[in-house]
This record gives sequence, C-alpha cells and structure tokens, in this order.
Amino acid sequence: MATKFDAIVVGAGPSGNAAAYTLAKSGRKVLQIERGEYPGSKNVQGAILYSDALEKIIPDFREDAPLERHVIEQRLWVLDDESFIGSHYRSDGFNKPPYNRYTIIRAQFDKWFSQKVQDAGALLICETTVSDLLMDGDRVVGVQTDRLGGSVYADVVILADGVNSILARKAGFRPELRPGDVALAVKEIHFLPQEVLESRFNISGDAGVVIEMIGKITKGMMGTGFLYTNKESLTIGVGCLLSDFKKQKCSPNQLLEDMKAHPSIKPLMEGGEMKEYAAHLIPEGGYNAIPKIYGDGWLVVGDAGMFVNAVHREGSNLAMTSGRMAAETVVELTAAQKPFIAKNLALYRDKLDASFVMKDLKKYRNLPEIFHRNPHFLTTYPELLNKAAHTMLTVDGVDKKTKEKQIRNSFKQKRSLFGLMGDAYKMWRAFE
Amino acid sequence: MSNAKIEEKLFQNRYRVDAGRPHIGIKNPDICADECETRQCTVCCPAGCYTLEGNGRVVLITDGCLECGTCRIICEEHRNVSWEFPRGGYGILFKFG
Repeated sequence: MATKFDAIVVGAGPSGNAAAYTLAKSGRKVLQIERGEYPGSKNVQGAILYSDALEKIIPDFREDAPLERHVIEQRLWVLDDESFIGSHYRSDGFNKPPYNRYTIIRAQFDKWFSQKVQDAGALLICETTVSDLLMDGDRVVGVQTDRLGGSVYADVVILADGVNSILARKAGFRPELRPGDVALAVKEIHFLPQEVLESRFNISGDAGVVIEMIGKITKGMMGTGFLYTNKESLTIGVGCLLSDFKKQKCSPNQLLEDMKAHPSIKPLMEGGEMKEYAAHLIPEGGYNAIPKIYGDGWLVVGDAGMFVNAVHREGSNLAMTSGRMAAETVVELTAAQKPFIAKNLALYRDKLDASFVMKDLKKYRNLPEIFHRNPHFLTTYPELLNKAAHTMLTVDGVDKKTKEKQIRNSFKQKRSLFGLMGDAYKMWRAFE
Repeated sequence: MSNAKIEEKLFQNRYRVDAGRPHIGIKNPDICADECETRQCTVCCPAGCYTLEGNGRVVLITDGCLECGTCRIICEEHRNVSWEFPRGGYGILFKFG
C-alpha cells in the first residue's frame, strides 16, 4: 500500500474513534488500524459511558448507540468482611432525558462508534497489528504493520493503542509502566432474566443502578470493586494497584471470587450465568505519571497517555476528549499550514491543560502517593465504620452515650488521636 | 484459586489461538528457576498462564491470555518477559468486553 494518508490512528477504542471521527468529519484522509477482529474485540471497560464527552463528538448519539441502562442510582459501599455501610443516591432527576451516564457493553458500543467513524469517511482496517513506528530521524512518518505487507505513511500518527502502548515504548517516547502506576482489574459478566434483575435492583424500563465498593474486599490493597446493571446482565469486577497485587502475592481471580462470595453481594448475583471473564490494566498513576504525549509527527491519546481519573472512575470520557482534541489540533494546524512538528503539536497539550482532563488529573495528583503510604485508609477505617454502625444499631440495653464512647475509643485505639488528626489532614490534602 | 477453576472461566471466553506462535515468551527460563525468588507471574496473571513446576521452573502457556500486560510489568527486577500483541485477529476476542 503506497498511499499516503493525512493521518493514521492506531487503535479503535474510545480515544482512537474520537480522533478518527473528528479528523474524517473535517475532510482529512484517515487510516485507522485495529488489531482485533472487529473494533471492541480487544477492549475492556466496566463500563460506564459519560454522555458529555460523546455528545461533544456525536450530539445525537442516543438515537442509535447501543446503550444498556441510564444510571439513576449510585451506591457507595464501604465493606467489612460480613457487612457494608454505605450511601445510596437515587434521583428521579436522573430518570429524565437527556441522561447523564449509561452502562454499556464495550464490544457493542465500540462497533457502533466505529461504524460512525467509517460513515464519516475514515478507512478502517481490522485484524492488523502495528508492530513499529516508521521514523525519519526523530520524526514519525508512518507505521509498520504485520498485515499490509509493508509500510503505511502519513503526515501524523495518533497513538490510541491503549494502556500498554507498546509502540510509544518501543520508539523510546516513554519508559515501561511501573507496577505502582497501573491497576489490574478483573471482571465478569453474568446474565439474568431481565425481570429478575429489575426487581432485585428496584428498577424498570431502561433505568439502572451502579455500586462502587471500597474496603475489605480489596484485602488492604489500593483499589475498588464495582457492580453495574446492564439490560439483561450484571458486570462485577475488582481492580487494585498492580504493585499491591505483587506485594501481597494475591491472585486477582481469587480476589474476585471472594468478592462475589461476600454476603452482601452474593444475593445480587444469585442465579446469574457467567458468560465472560476479562482482565485489563487501568493507568492510575495520575498527573505525575503522564508521559510525553506529543512529538515530531505523533500524538498520544486515551489510556496510552494515562488519561484516567481514578478517584472518580472516569476514563472513557477523558479518552474521547483527548482523542477529539488531538484531532482538532491536527485540523487547526492543517488550516494554518503549519507542519506537525513538536513545537506546533504542543497546541494539543495546551488544549488538554485548559480542559477538565488535565485540571482534574492535576487536582488529585498527590492522591496515589498518599493512599500508597497509608493502606489503613482501606482496611482500618472500613472496619471501624462498620463496627460503629453495628454498635449503634444493636439494641442491647446499653445506653447510647456509652455506645458513642465505645466507638470513640475503638477509633482512638486503632489510630490514636494524633493518627486520626494526621489522617484527616492527609485526606484533606488528597482531595483539596 | 487453582488453575483448573480459572480454566473453567476461560472456557467461556472466545479465542483464536495462533498455534505455534505465542506472543509472550520467557526470555531466559534459568532466571525464573534460579534468580527469581518471588515468581509473581505465577500468582498475579489473571488467566493463570504461568505455572510453577515442582523443580522450580516456570512454564508459560499463552492460550488463555487476556492480553492485559501484567506479567511484563511485574517482572521489573528481571525484565525476563518478552511481550508483543498477538498477530492481527488472533488472541482473545471479547464478546462483551
């Protein structure tokens, strides 16, 4: 294939699709290369779709996108071994269109998004792995694939090749990922009769519930669990920092099995039929772990750029936004007849800095480190909170004032007064 | 979790195995056997692709690989895992993702 393209996009996930779509819409000649059998077949996510980021790319996406349920209820559970204490927020305000967030099944959603990209005029080639970037000195001029029998050239290459981003690493644009900068998540999908699922979660129509979980389910590791309702299935998963898995010698599969057996979770899964088991890395290193995201002839978008807000469980919206902004950068430079050299592509970084992507990542930049050094946040406190609730809710003839004192003492015993004050300060620092 | 139990789970997944062309390899098996004390890959691989033999050697079978990248990243002391994506179209094919 000797043809030269205006742009090559590597990968057909949310960031790659956002980039390819935006470029094709503005008349650029785009080649998109995907290693899976179809877009989505290599992609794993919880998965929650945040409407805003997609709306900015495809405003009428709700008309035909494969959406599972719009979320009307968000639960946050803090789990001890046999209990949880939590908060539920449910609002009919979330049950009125336009809906703010949806559960989705990525294999279906990515296929739909990709069709939009192709309709916009981009050329998609699947079942093709990009093995290397083609360089002319320090400048990326194209890609080497394992299928096309050679090289494909373009004025600019957008790397949307996911968290592992082998290409950027091979080209020396970034170092290898560190175990402390990625979370490993494992998840399963369980199918249930729709009416059983809806009565179990007190929902109807297309409304859905999500449960985010912290506490003993991660066995002291930094991480979270989740349970999402799809149309006729439940997605359940748990993810923790890879460095913690390594330190604790913990099998991720066993962690998920133990979580499913928790007395508060098991009844929700009852009778479901497991249809797929998946694993995926999530770049959670935050602001300080973001690698170089542009250079001569190249841009990095999505997970490959570590654009994940671990605190708020956001990733696909950052992916789509970064993909869109990379494409807009290319479009603007083209209009201004400026070459795609690093100095000009820095505009992409400026756009990200001015958006929620970098602003949010910057806000929580200290958080990974703080949790890293203070694993008791995820073990001691969940235990104390659950015990406190248990003490207050057990009616046994002990007066409430004495119970309060017992609770206060249990906190002081576990953490000491200075420990508690220090923890409060650290939490404030983490979220300020 | 025994590997047998993981295998039951992986049985639900769809794969197109690139027979005879594994995309991940152990660079030097002697390092796993003699130098690596922790052999984290045998615990942390979510698909149980790495098994520890009685003689201390680590055996890798990539057929059930979920292509997450864990094994490559946790082998930070020895960098003894060569890791590529499978050839286009091969490997795990997620039905749901």
